[in-house]
Amino acid sequence: MTRKRHWLGASCLIGGLALAAATAGAQDKELVFGLQCDRTGATQTVGVFLCPGYHDYINLLNSKGGIEGYKIRVMEIDHEYKVPPAMEAHERFKKEGAVLEGIYGTPQTAALTKKLEEDKILGTSPGFGTAAAADGRRYPYVFPLAASYWSQGAAAVAFAKKELGGSLNGKKIAYLFYDNPAGKEPLAVLEDLAKAEGFELRTFAVPAPGVEMGAQILDISGRFKPDFVITHLFGRSPSVSIKELKGKGYPLSKVVSLVWGASEADIKAAGGYEVANGYHTLQFAGVGTDFQVIKDINAMYQAQGKPIPKEQEISVFYNRGLVIAALHAEAARNAIKAKGGAKPSSEDVKKGMEAIKGFTLGGMVPPMEVTPEDHEGGGWVQVWSVKGGKLVKDGDWFQAYRDVIKKHLAATN
Amino acid sequence: MLHRESGVFKTSYAADMALYPLPIARWSIAIIFLMFAVVLPLALDEYYLSIINLVLIAVVGALGLNILVGYTGQISVGHAAFMSVGAYTAANLAVKLGLPFWVTLPAGGLMAALIGAIVGIPSLRIKGLYLAIATLAGQLIIEWIINHTPAISGGAQASIEVPRPELWGHQMRTQGQLYFFLLFFAALATLAAMNIVRSRIGRAFVAIRDQDIAAEIIGINIYRYKLLSFAISSFYAGVCGVLYTYYLGIANYEQFQIGVSIDYLAMIIIGGLGSILGSIFGAIFVTMLPIVLRLLMEPILSMFYNAGEMSAVISSVRLVLFGGLIIFFLVIEPEGLNRLWRNIRNYFRVWPFSY
Repeated sequence: MTRKRHWLGASCLIGGLALAAATAGAQDKELVFGLQCDRTGATQTVGVFLCPGYHDYINLLNSKGGIEGYKIRVMEIDHEYKVPPAMEAHERFKKEGAVLEGIYGTPQTAALTKKLEEDKILGTSPGFGTAAAADGRRYPYVFPLAASYWSQGAAAVAFAKKELGGSLNGKKIAYLFYDNPAGKEPLAVLEDLAKAEGFELRTFAVPAPGVEMGAQILDISGRFKPDFVITHLFGRSPSVSIKELKGKGYPLSKVVSLVWGASEADIKAAGGYEVANGYHTLQFAGVGTDFQVIKDINAMYQAQGKPIPKEQEISVFYNRGLVIAALHAEAARNAIKAKGGAKPSSEDVKKGMEAIKGFTLGGMVPPMEVTPEDHEGGGWVQVWSVKGGKLVKDGDWFQAYRDVIKKHLAATN
Repeated sequence: MLHRESGVFKTSYAADMALYPLPIARWSIAIIFLMFAVVLPLALDEYYLSIINLVLIAVVGALGLNILVGYTGQISVGHAAFMSVGAYTAANLAVKLGLPFWVTLPAGGLMAALIGAIVGIPSLRIKGLYLAIATLAGQLIIEWIINHTPAISGGAQASIEVPRPELWGHQMRTQGQLYFFLLFFAALATLAAMNIVRSRIGRAFVAIRDQDIAAEIIGINIYRYKLLSFAISSFYAGVCGVLYTYYLGIANYEQFQIGVSIDYLAMIIIGGLGSILGSIFGAIFVTMLPIVLRLLMEPILSMFYNAGEMSAVISSVRLVLFGGLIIFFLVIEPEGLNRLWRNIRNYFRVWPFSY
């Protein structure tokens, strides 16, 4: 029994020490960025590539002297894709004096929307959250930055139109989606476009966990026989959809996936580039390692005698991490410049984020223009297609049907 | 509590059945009350209060699940779904009808109780693992219905933003203000649970858990009490969901998925099945341990790693330690943290004599 007492005493002591250490103060020439991550939870297959990308970009900046003389300290918290730890993470960031935070996950974005506004700290949610968050007047402290699901849906239709020879009139498009709020979100825009462009839209829902879709695919390939398929799936399901469509003989060159079914990992899980040949993907960040910034990162690590980050293997997610970091840094840079070199507050950084324009990082970042009204930055995407054993760029950044998106944004107010 | 009962003689049944039979216990309760109501909010900053807030919400949910699983012996893996019923009921009432929290909170609880009693109907015929599967079906059906009914879920995103709770024209929005809001209901829930389990109802629950046929023979209407247990448990879950909704400012069904049900089951198993204090210990353990582990590792690991490497290490090591500690505590005391605490207490009751 006495052993138990020692255990108790020791753990109380260690706990006290840790709390004391955790409250150590921040430095003057330092900015804190909060980053929420999922490296061990339901969506870890994304997080383990995305988050290292974020850190690598910040390390690169710091190795070059930081942003306008300010070093960046990244405070990362892994919330395992659960909501309560995301709230804890936000409070921790606030306590550490973070000027902004990167949110990870749709339920987490929803849970923090109100708190961010009350605490006046901006949160970025690229690829997550509700499409309505693009409206900066309604959600002043949430920045989706990447194309929302509405914009992605519209872009997918525009791409199908281009592939089908410039007109969708009388054509048939199938929409295969994960049956959750995120999966259903583009529906409103797609239905609108079906009317405007005169194509027939049929939807096929895949219930969670999304690995069983034989019936839906059979329905698409055997009965509906669409001219184009738009897929919007998450986790393991994109690879299943590729495999099943291929197996039922539907040409993958007539399939376009929204951004979460678009990584090298999905293609590999589907059986490799051979199987997925022709598959189209939408991207909100550049793909591949052929960018100056990645060469700089590799050079920096080589100079330090460290290996090149192995996470670059899944460049779709790694690069998204880079882009998020780059946009965070750019917002901070704008804020510091606007303050004439003084340390910016979180409020200043928000204004800095709303001033991002013409920042492309050598083609990695879309030519977005963030304004106080438009926190999405224009809804730019790029199409990358599987060709000859790799993902190949299929055209430049584009945005589609902005008037329709704007109409929907106005309608949610 | 660490009290010695020597010299205390009870002369009535009422005294023997009191929640706190010893005079000194009242002092301890007063001190604990002062601690939570005055000392903690003054001493801790927003960050630590936010962690306590999460614990307080979890306490309400864990108490409810323990009444069902621990006291009545009916397994449920649909607890999170009942939370979502409470959350959406309250959110709809608060947004569409503009009702204040003191109406929406019991309404959310009652709606969850109703749905819970319906989901609990299979418990009249089946037990154990079979019942677990039936409640799993309840969880999935409720999720599906919310996801596909815009009238409940408020549109494609299945999110309803609710205003902050308001009392006498004063909004509670900071962690400090929400702390008192949550503390009140967590304390109320604990007090109610303590009284339920020592009442006729609670004894009937325990009788059903220990041997349902025997319980029926001694005159307990097991149909009624099983459904009542589901209803009470779901009422707690519903209230937990409402508190969560007000705490976050949004009701979102993705926050109440099957994983959350499992988390709550973990809480009561680690804390101790069939014990009020165990529910609280379990809620504290599951909510705070990952946070404490990270706070412990950060200062040590930051000496060896940069931020990026450290995050990767912390995430993995924390998961391993968390799992390891659960196994450790369950191996040294399979009946949970509550039993561990009682062992320690019993040791000190007779200290320094070990007999």
